[in-house]
This record gives sequence, C-alpha cells and structure tokens, in this order.
Amino acid sequence: MNFSELLKLSGLLSRFSPDGKCLASCVQYRLVVRDVNSLQILQLYTCLDQIQHIEWSSDSLFILCAMYKRGIVQVWSLEQPDWHCKIDEGSAGLVSSCWSPDGRHILNTTEFHLRITVWSLCTKSVSYIKYPKACQQGVAFTRDGRYMAVAERRDCKDFISIFVCSDWQLLRHFDTDTQDLSGIEWSPNGCVLAAWDTCLEYKILLYSLDGRLLSAYRAYEWSLGIKSVAWSPSSQFLAIGSYDEKVRILNHVTWKKMTEFEHPATIVSTKTIVYKEVEKSPSVETERLSFPPTRALASSLFSTQSKYDISQVPVSLQYVKPVADRANPKMGIGMLAFSPDNCFLATKNDNIPNAVWIWDIQKLKLFAVLEQLCAIQSFQWDPRQPRLAVCTGTSRVYLWSPAGCLAVQVPTEGDFQIVSISWHSSGDSMALLSKDNLCVCYLEREE
Amino acid sequence: MGDWKTITVPVLSADSRNVFQCTSEKERSPPGMNSQVLRLPLSSSKSMHGFFSAFCTEDNIEQSISYLNRELTTLGFPSIYVESKGKELNLISMINCVNELLVLQHKNLRAQEEVEMQHLKLGSDMDHLQNCYAKLKEQLELSKREIVGLQERDRQLQSKNRNLHQLLKNEKDEVQKLQNIISSRATQYNHDMKRKEREYNKLKERLRQLVMNKKDKKIAMEVLNYVGRADGKRGAWRTDKTEARNEEEMYKVLLSDYEQRQKQLILENAELKKVLQQMKKEIISLLPPQKQKAKERSEDGPVLSDLEEDIGELNKENMWELSCETVREQLTNSIRKQWRMLKNHVEKLDNQVSRVHSGGLNEKDVISREDHELETQKLELEIQQCKEMIKTQQQLLQQQLMSPCDDDTTLLLQDCYLLEERERLQEEWRLFREQKKNFEKERRSFTEAAIRLGLERKAFEEDRGAWLKQQFLSISTDYKHSENVTTPCAFLGSSDQDNRLVKSASQQKNAHCMLNGPVSAEPCQISQYTSHNSSSVVSKKSTGGIKPNQWMESDKEETD
Repeated sequence: MNFSELLKLSGLLSRFSPDGKCLASCVQYRLVVRDVNSLQILQLYTCLDQIQHIEWSSDSLFILCAMYKRGIVQVWSLEQPDWHCKIDEGSAGLVSSCWSPDGRHILNTTEFHLRITVWSLCTKSVSYIKYPKACQQGVAFTRDGRYMAVAERRDCKDFISIFVCSDWQLLRHFDTDTQDLSGIEWSPNGCVLAAWDTCLEYKILLYSLDGRLLSAYRAYEWSLGIKSVAWSPSSQFLAIGSYDEKVRILNHVTWKKMTEFEHPATIVSTKTIVYKEVEKSPSVETERLSFPPTRALASSLFSTQSKYDISQVPVSLQYVKPVADRANPKMGIGMLAFSPDNCFLATKNDNIPNAVWIWDIQKLKLFAVLEQLCAIQSFQWDPRQPRLAVCTGTSRVYLWSPAGCLAVQVPTEGDFQIVSISWHSSGDSMALLSKDNLCVCYLEREE
Repeated sequence: MGDWKTITVPVLSADSRNVFQCTSEKERSPPGMNSQVLRLPLSSSKSMHGFFSAFCTEDNIEQSISYLNRELTTLGFPSIYVESKGKELNLISMINCVNELLVLQHKNLRAQEEVEMQHLKLGSDMDHLQNCYAKLKEQLELSKREIVGLQERDRQLQSKNRNLHQLLKNEKDEVQKLQNIISSRATQYNHDMKRKEREYNKLKERLRQLVMNKKDKKIAMEVLNYVGRADGKRGAWRTDKTEARNEEEMYKVLLSDYEQRQKQLILENAELKKVLQQMKKEIISLLPPQKQKAKERSEDGPVLSDLEEDIGELNKENMWELSCETVREQLTNSIRKQWRMLKNHVEKLDNQVSRVHSGGLNEKDVISREDHELETQKLELEIQQCKEMIKTQQQLLQQQLMSPCDDDTTLLLQDCYLLEERERLQEEWRLFREQKKNFEKERRSFTEAAIRLGLERKAFEEDRGAWLKQQFLSISTDYKHSENVTTPCAFLGSSDQDNRLVKSASQQKNAHCMLNGPVSAEPCQISQYTSHNSSSVVSKKSTGGIKPNQWMESDKEETD
C-alpha cells in the first residue's frame, strides 16, 4: 500500500472521474484536476465562488461546479480548457445540481424546490419540472441512464413521474400511497422503483417501470420506520434498515420479507468473527507495512498504533441509547451497502456506533463484526471485489475482506482525520478525505 | 342350703350360655339357672380345702347326702339312695354320679378354657381394631387438614391469576388507549401538516409567479459554444411518434427483464424437478417392497392404484418438460406420500430398536442387539487379523527385497543388469524358438528333397553305369589311339569321384556357411544335394531319408 502526500481539500469535494483517469478536488473556489496515478495537476480552474458541489459528467469530459450561495453552476471541459459555461439561476436560487446520465444536461433544483430546470448544453432548450418533492432522494436515474424518476408533491399528495432521459418526455405519472414520500431508488436492472415513506411510517412501495404497483411492504406501525434502503447489485434483494435496529431483506420474486437481521448489543453466535481494534503502544512496530522509516518515527510519536484482535464470543458491544426527545435520533440502521459481488452486506447500527456488521447474504447469517475504537464515519465497498474500507475519524484506514482484517496507519505529519472514503472504479486506489485534506492510497493488486 | 346358693361367682352370662349349650348334652336345665350355679375354680388353693370341708361335717351327713341327692336328681342324675328306701346310699350310683360329675367338670373346664382363649383372642382383635380405627381416624384428620390447606392455596392462586389477568387486561387496555392516542395525534398532525403545506404551496405559487414575471435577465446560461450530444446524434422534436417509441422501449426493457427472470426460473424449476424425481426414486428404493404393498393395500385401495399408475407415468422423462398444475401437484403429492411411508418405516424401525433395547419381544426381522454386537466384534476381529496378515506379508516382502542390506546401489544395479540379462535371454529364447521352427520346416523340405534326390541319383547311377559302359567300350576301342585324351566329360568320368569329392568338400564348407546364415531354401538344397551325393559316394547304398538326416544333424552339430 502506498500513500500519497496530503493534498488540500475543502468541503469533502473529491471525485474520481468515471473513466478512472482523473481525480478532481476542490480547494475553496479552485477546481484541481489531477492524473490519478501521478497526481500531477492536469488542469486548474477557478470558479466565481466557493464550490459546494462538483460532479463529473458520465463521459468524463465535463465537470460541473455548483455554488449554491450565488446560485451559479459552472461547467468546465477537460478537452478544451478554454471552454466555459455558466448557468445562473438568479433569484430562483439553487439548492442542488446534477448531471443527466447522457452528460449533456444539467438539472438544477431551485430554492424552496420550486422547480427543476433542465439546462441543455447541446441545444438552447430549457425544460422545467414542476412541483418536485423536497426530500432526501427526490431524483433517481436508472443505471443505464435511460429513465429518470422524480418525486413530486401536488395538493398534499405524492406523485412519481418517470421521464425518458433522451428527450425528457414524460413516460408515466402516478400517485403513491405514502404519507410523505421520503426517497426513491431504482433497482440496478432498471425495472423496479422503490419508494419509501417518511420515518414516521414504515412503508415501502415497489413500482414497475411502467408505473404499476408491484408490492407494498409494511413491517410495523407507529414506531419510527425506514432509515436506509439499499438494492443488491443483482436486483435480487432489497435491504431496508429501520429505526428498530433491524435490517429486513425482501426478495425480488415475491417482494416479501426473506429474513431480518438483528443488531443486538451482545453477539453470541460462535460462527461470527469479531475483530476488535486494540491500541498498541507506539514502540511496538511489528504490524507496520512498508513505510519509509523517518516518517514512521515522526508519526509514531503522535499517533497511536492499533491492530485487530479476534475476540471470543460472546462479545458485548458498546450500546448507546439516544436522547428520547430529539428528532432524527441516532438509532437504527443508518448505513447499508451491498458488496459488488452480491455476497455481503455491510451495515451500521447507530445505537452501536463503533461497529460495522458484515452479513453473508448467501447464508443469511452474520459473518463478521468489526469493533472499532472510535465511531464509524463511513464505509465503502471496493467496486470490484468484496473488500470494505472503513474510516472512523482517525488517521487510520481499515480494510476488511473475507480473508481478514487490516488496520493501516496513514503516514502523515500532523492531524489527518479521515471522515470519508471513495474508491477508484478499478479498485486499485482510494481517496481518503478529511475536512481539510485529501490523501490517495494506492493498493497493490494481488495477482 | 340357701347359704350355698347365694355364693355366686360373677360370670359373663353370654359366654357361659354359649359354652353350656355346646358342651353338655345331658343338660336340660334352663340357662338362667345355670348362670347362678356355683363355679368353683379347681385351681389348687388352700382356701378351697376349707371350703370343701365346710359343706359336710360329721353332724350333717344325712342332710348333706339328701341335699346332694336332691341336687343330683334335679340335675338329672339317678338318685344316690337305694331305691325304695331313703337314707341308704347306693354306693355304686354315687360313684357313678361322682364320675359323671367329674367328667362333666372336666368338660366344663375344657369348655371354660376354650372360652377364655377365645375371649382373649377376641379381646386382642378388638384392641387391634381399635388401634386401626384410631390410626385411620388420625389419617382422616390429617388429610382433611391437607385438603383444607390445598384448597386455601388453590384459592390464593386463583385470586393471583385473576389479578394477573386483570393486570394484563389493564395493560392491553392501556396499550390500546396509547395507540388510539397516537393515531389521533397522528391524524391531528397530518391535518396540521396539510394545512401548513397548503399555505406553503400558496407561498410557492406566489413566489413562482414572481420569479417568472420578473423575467430576471440573470436566469440564463452563458455558453461559449454548444456542445454536441454525447451519442453524436442531433436532437429530435418531441412528437407522438417519439412518445410511442418511448413507450415501446420501456415495455421492451420490462419484457426483456421478465423473460430473463422466467428463463432463470425455468432452469431452477427443471433442476428442482430433477432433484425431486431422484429423491422419489431413492425413497422408493429405500422402502422395503412388501411393506409398501401392504401399506398400499391397507390404505387407500383403488385410489392409490390409480395414483401409482400416474406416478409410473410421471416417472417418464418427458414429463419433466410439462409444467402444468396437475403434473406438479401429482409429483409433489407422490413425493409426500413416499416420504410419509419412509418416515413411518423409520419410526417403526426406531420402535423396534427401542423395544429390543428395553428387552422386549424379539421379532424375526430384528437382530437382537447382543447378536449384532457379537457379529460386529467378530467382524472387527477378522478385519484386525487380516490387517495384521497383510502387514506381516508386506514386511516379509520388503525383507525379501531388501535382504542384502549393504551396497544398495550396486544391488540395484545388479538387479537392473539381471533384468537386462533376463530380457536378453528371453529375446534369444524367442529367436531360438523361431529358428527351431524354421529348421523344422527346412528339415521337412530337406527330407522331401532327399527323397527326390534319391530317385534322381538312382536314375543318374543308371545313366552313369550306361555311360561308363559306353566309355569302356569306346576306350577299349580308342586305347590304341591315345592314352591321355581327356575331355571334360572324361574327367567327370575317371577322376570324377575325386573332383566330386573335392567339390563336395568345398561345397560342404559352403553348406556349413550357408547353414549358419539366414535360411534360404534353394542354395541349401543344392549344396546338400552335392553333400548327399558325397555321402552316397562314401556309402553307396543309402537308405534314402534317414542317413541324410543323420548327416545333416552331424553337420549342424559341427556348426553349433
């Protein structure tokens, strides 16, 4: 494993290009595009204001930079650095901005979710989508980029509109039987749309591409409901994480619950491997990987080393009960992700913030639990193989694979608190993001 | 004698009644009187002596005798007086009376003893019964108390139960109430939310209008130049055609997805059906056939036979292709039936095993556990023995092979050489045998040739003889002319034998050589022809076949 030096970053804005050649990062109002392998600066663009959001177009030719305060979106071209494009929403304001799947249209959501404007880079046409819903996941594109689903709300009722992305024609428009639609997501095969209700109601609805209701699933009433949803890459399973600390998995044939995964504070199953991160005294350096020695000496003074120990079951994890009178309590399953080979599911129970639970989907059993010293900030699966990268706000990155678990210290001078990880599309490298810095980690490919 | 009558010993009236009724036959006097009869215990007590003497003294002999007589007559004894006269004792009758009295007394005593025994027995029985009664009473008391206690407990538990039920009901009611509260609050919140939302929508509408109306010049896009489409095509107008096309494409996507899923499901189904069929076959094979038939006969009868036919049809392989409802049902039903039969069979076996285990009846089908164990032990012993034998044999083999332990490599090499030599020898043997065969063939041909040669020789001899005669005749006529006229023919004539001998010698040598080399028939024949001739020269009259053979053999020996 090799680590690059720390690069400046702001706003956790660092994205790999879809074709995997470039890495774009933002420092205040500057956009820096680097080559992935050498981290040489290929392009440097200056925007008009502090950038809040960047996004690559699907063909990696353009990058959009959104500045919400000014209501401006600037688009830069990699082929022609001189080319520029500025979209000004003016008094309409800007709340979010994204590319369309063909990479030639930009969808801007104006303030108060008044409308979604579709700006075209090819033609002079502008389209408007009225009454978009102000929810966390209101717009969803199919993986093949053909269709877009938009959640709408008119007259206190929720609707979903399905558009064809090629010509922005409205394909289907139907109402949903939800109190307050909170999110929509396409299945990876693009044939089923999952729509779920607000956390006050546990309800998830499954619609076919042509707008028919395939199934509605409701686990229980009255208690807080769905917190997170994830499709399996093969579209066979839909994992629903809810506030009752359970994950329920629906199967695509009957859309009925196949199993539910509980996240208790005590693990008793003997077949589960529990990796516990333990601190080592700095002087012991047996677990180190190939670092240049001078750096090691320097960093060892300020950072504590840690390694993984396998705990014997039964293991009891640290359980946190959140305050009862606050909204959006830190309880329930907050993070859900399937591995790309469809074999594992990684979850995090916000009641047990230091643990990552890894479930074996083939056997529908708990496979491993990673117990960390600090609270989990985020985890990401390698896009090519079942390898999970976890960060906990320390300067260590943790890798889990079915073969074992690894804690790697990022050799940096000073503080580097990793809060986000993003993998390169080839799975050979990943970007470790902290509040102010960015570090690229190159993984050796095991042949 | 009133005094005597008043002395009465107190007696249990009932006993004495019974006793007197059963013992004395002679008695006729009513039982009432008997109860007052004096009963003097005959146990030796000195006081009684006095008593005996007190009755009769010297003064009142007559009176006592008359009294006695009176008493005795009343008792039914004959009078002690002599009959007609009073005052004279009939000694004999007196003695008889006394005797009778004694006998009676004995009887009475015995009866009394018996009565007393019985009395004692009855008394002890009575005591015993009383004890039992007392104990039973105690027990009854105890159980009554217990019952009371248990009843009390039961009552307490019942009341507890009722309390708990009540609590449960209360809790349930509370839960229901809370749920109602929640639902009412939820509806209230929803209503409020909707109201607020409507207001918000109104504001949004107003804002939208303002934004649209203002025609803000700012809301625009500045582009250096428009970019081509990603796929290179030009933009198209939105028409109905495009709508229809979009619909079509959407349905195509859905259909392809369904088709794919259906394919997968068909594959899965086919596999599962195969597995089921296999399972069915295996289950059928597992079940013992008679029991199956018995079951069939006992259970459903005609229905089952129909099903069996269908099942037989189902077993055909092309049935797998069908996926209709009835086939599926039949398959699953048949498998369920077979499985149930198998289960019953296994349960029966379990029962049998448990029965044998508990030492019950040994049925014919069941091998008792001890026998089973003995058998297994025997088998194990056999296996052990065989293994040991194999081990020893292996060891012996190894020893054999490894016996000269030193100089392994040379041994190995020697082994190799030995092998090589063996193989070579085998090869030579093979060749030898081949050659032998060939020689046999040749021998046969030679014999034939010899026979022919013999015949030709004969003819030749005859010719020779004739020719010699001619020569002789010619010589005798020509002798006068010259002596050393030699013609080639002449040489053949005179020194014919020598030349032939020389030739034959050389050719014999040739024959030697030829015999050694690769066998070819003709030259050998020729050479042997000459050799035969030479042999015939040596011994003219040869017996044809035999000698040439002998000569050949000797020749051969020389060469070998």
